Amino acid sequence: MDLSIAAFLTQDGVTNGAIYALLALALVLVFAVTRIIWIPSGEFVTYGTLTLAGLQLGKAPGTVGLLLGAAVIAAAIEAASTIRAGEWRRLPLRLAGWLTPSLLIAGLIVWAAPRGIPLAAQIVLTLAAVTALGPLLYRIVYRPIADASVLVLLIVSVALHFVMTGLGLWFFGAEGWRTPAFTDASFQLDRMTFSAQSLLVVLTSIVLIGALYVFFGRSLYGKALRATAVNRVGARIVGISPSFAGTLTFALSALLCAFCGVLIGPITTIYYDSGFLISLKGFVGAIIGGLVSYPLAAAGALLVGLLESFSSFWASAFKEVIVFTLIIPVLLWRSLTTRHHDEDD
Amino acid sequence: MRHRSLPAALGAALLFACNPAAFADITIGVTLSATGPAASLGIPEKNTIEMLPNTIGGEKIRWIVLDDASDTTRAVTNTRKLISEDKVDVVVGSTVTPNSLAMIDVVADAETPMISMAASSRIIDPTNPKTRWVFKTPQNDSLMADAIAVHMKANGVKTLGYIGFNDAYGEGWLGEISRSAKTAGIKLVADEKYNRNDASVTGQVLKLVAANPDAILIGASGTPGATPEKELVARHYKGKIYQTHGVANPDFLRVCGTDCNGTLLPIGPMLVFEQLPDSNPVKKVAAQYITQYESKYGKDSRTTFGGHAYDAFALLSKAVPEALKKAKPGTKEFRAALRDALEASNVVGTHGVFVMSDQDHNGLDNRARVMIRIENGKWMLAK
Repeated sequence: MDLSIAAFLTQDGVTNGAIYALLALALVLVFAVTRIIWIPSGEFVTYGTLTLAGLQLGKAPGTVGLLLGAAVIAAAIEAASTIRAGEWRRLPLRLAGWLTPSLLIAGLIVWAAPRGIPLAAQIVLTLAAVTALGPLLYRIVYRPIADASVLVLLIVSVALHFVMTGLGLWFFGAEGWRTPAFTDASFQLDRMTFSAQSLLVVLTSIVLIGALYVFFGRSLYGKALRATAVNRVGARIVGISPSFAGTLTFALSALLCAFCGVLIGPITTIYYDSGFLISLKGFVGAIIGGLVSYPLAAAGALLVGLLESFSSFWASAFKEVIVFTLIIPVLLWRSLTTRHHDEDD
Repeated sequence: MRHRSLPAALGAALLFACNPAAFADITIGVTLSATGPAASLGIPEKNTIEMLPNTIGGEKIRWIVLDDASDTTRAVTNTRKLISEDKVDVVVGSTVTPNSLAMIDVVADAETPMISMAASSRIIDPTNPKTRWVFKTPQNDSLMADAIAVHMKANGVKTLGYIGFNDAYGEGWLGEISRSAKTAGIKLVADEKYNRNDASVTGQVLKLVAANPDAILIGASGTPGATPEKELVARHYKGKIYQTHGVANPDFLRVCGTDCNGTLLPIGPMLVFEQLPDSNPVKKVAAQYITQYESKYGKDSRTTFGGHAYDAFALLSKAVPEALKKAKPGTKEFRAALRDALEASNVVGTHGVFVMSDQDHNGLDNRARVMIRIENGKWMLAK
């Protein structure tokens, strides 16, 4: 191995690590606020890529159907609970709240898809569609069991993962898709070639992480989420609705995952079932951060990316083994250094 | 208690409805991988079976098609169900090698013939007495590996690099190409592994390019085969790139785009039937199948995998009338007669000419392979 190969591998590892870092952040965010181990996050990544690929073909992708279906179900659940509570007057507003965004996004996609809109607009539509799915699925799947134990929430996540993978096969087909690169440019720096694409991925990740930092540090909503993460009951007492916090969390995480999907699409071929492995690697990163620390999770994800890239050079047959074995010493170290908390708060 | 008896009653009704004694038709049980990792192979097979006729030699066929989700356990469960509940006369499937291997014991114990649509020659290994009941339609990997080695030798390739799936498919091809290359005097200088879902293969490709072989073979199936090829092109690899017949579907061409220009692969002749000489016996059968398939599923939707399912039916169309002369469908005697008739097959299919014997339950020869080159998103017959 000479220096230029090492530099290539580092570049590759950092690019993938940046994507895993976004996922790790999404996982930590969801777990901190709602205690859900969010296994379907990988499906949000693949839905992001595949929705964009569908728009590239000039067709409205299956995501639109799912969005509408989920919106209708969520609205029905909301209506039922509103009626049960006897709050008839709030019914129209609540229904509109659940239905309008999805209807708008779906309508826009169906209208825009055959019209050959520019890549940037397609990306915006993709992000909107996948982001909207987050709160809807939270409303349908998780909110009715928000107080269940971590284990129950985990099992429900696994179920949702399988449902979304199955739907993915139905919507997008069994074969893989690639989206076009944002840019084909590359530049030379002392014998090393950098592709502008991978630089763009790293920059986007850094910007998103920075934006999250500002959101959590400065804005009222960000502080509300942080408060919920620190102490759910306490946050409730000072007037932060846990279901609102959950909805906001899922919207944010879905957005992060959709970004991952858009970023990873030009780098590799994505299949309807690619999401699980990608999210698992983000998960290893998140575990390194103990599912609580954002900077540690991001650093862990970067480590996973680098480890993956170098082990694929030295021992390609054992690449996944090496990456996932990393979790054992990390868990050992964490269980030895941190005090054990009981599962049920 | 009222609720508990309901499922039992339903179950009883279901059992009654499925009572095999109610049918005297030929029952063909199919288990294939229409979902899961092998879905891109299983779906065209399923599509093909849906357009097959409902009679053979005037007898009605009852088709039972099950999905095994590319999962070995499920394939075995499906086979057991087909045999014990549906009393099938023949099992067709499964799509992939591990599933087919696992099904052998079940069909051999039940003395039911099985036609696999998977590639490995181990499925019909004549030294295993249980494979007496097992046949298969796809070409053996060894036949295809020999075609690649012969083509490489003729084009002056001296050293070869290999990158393939980190699974049975990739391992199998590594074994086959090592053997074929050795026979042809070609040295294997590097072998690398990757996974279907890998986000990047940069590490493996850098290592291959550093070894600088005259040619590189990619042992992958479907669109994942494009991942290392695109990376090789991005790293300015100048040698020849070979793929296996596992990638031959329109999605591979779509994903790989212009990066795949000049790629060579061995394939069943059906894929390029328009370019075959009229003297080729396969041309007529392939033309008939592909015209019918593309009129139903869209232009250029052809894949070789669907052809394997069609060939399985071609074998049955010849063998079933023979077996009908000896026994009634649904009986043990019929299944035995069907097995004997299949073993005596001499049938022209979409992939080649099947001439079977008790030592060869595949029966394909050199007529079942051609070398093709990818040019601007089209399969072209290579010289």
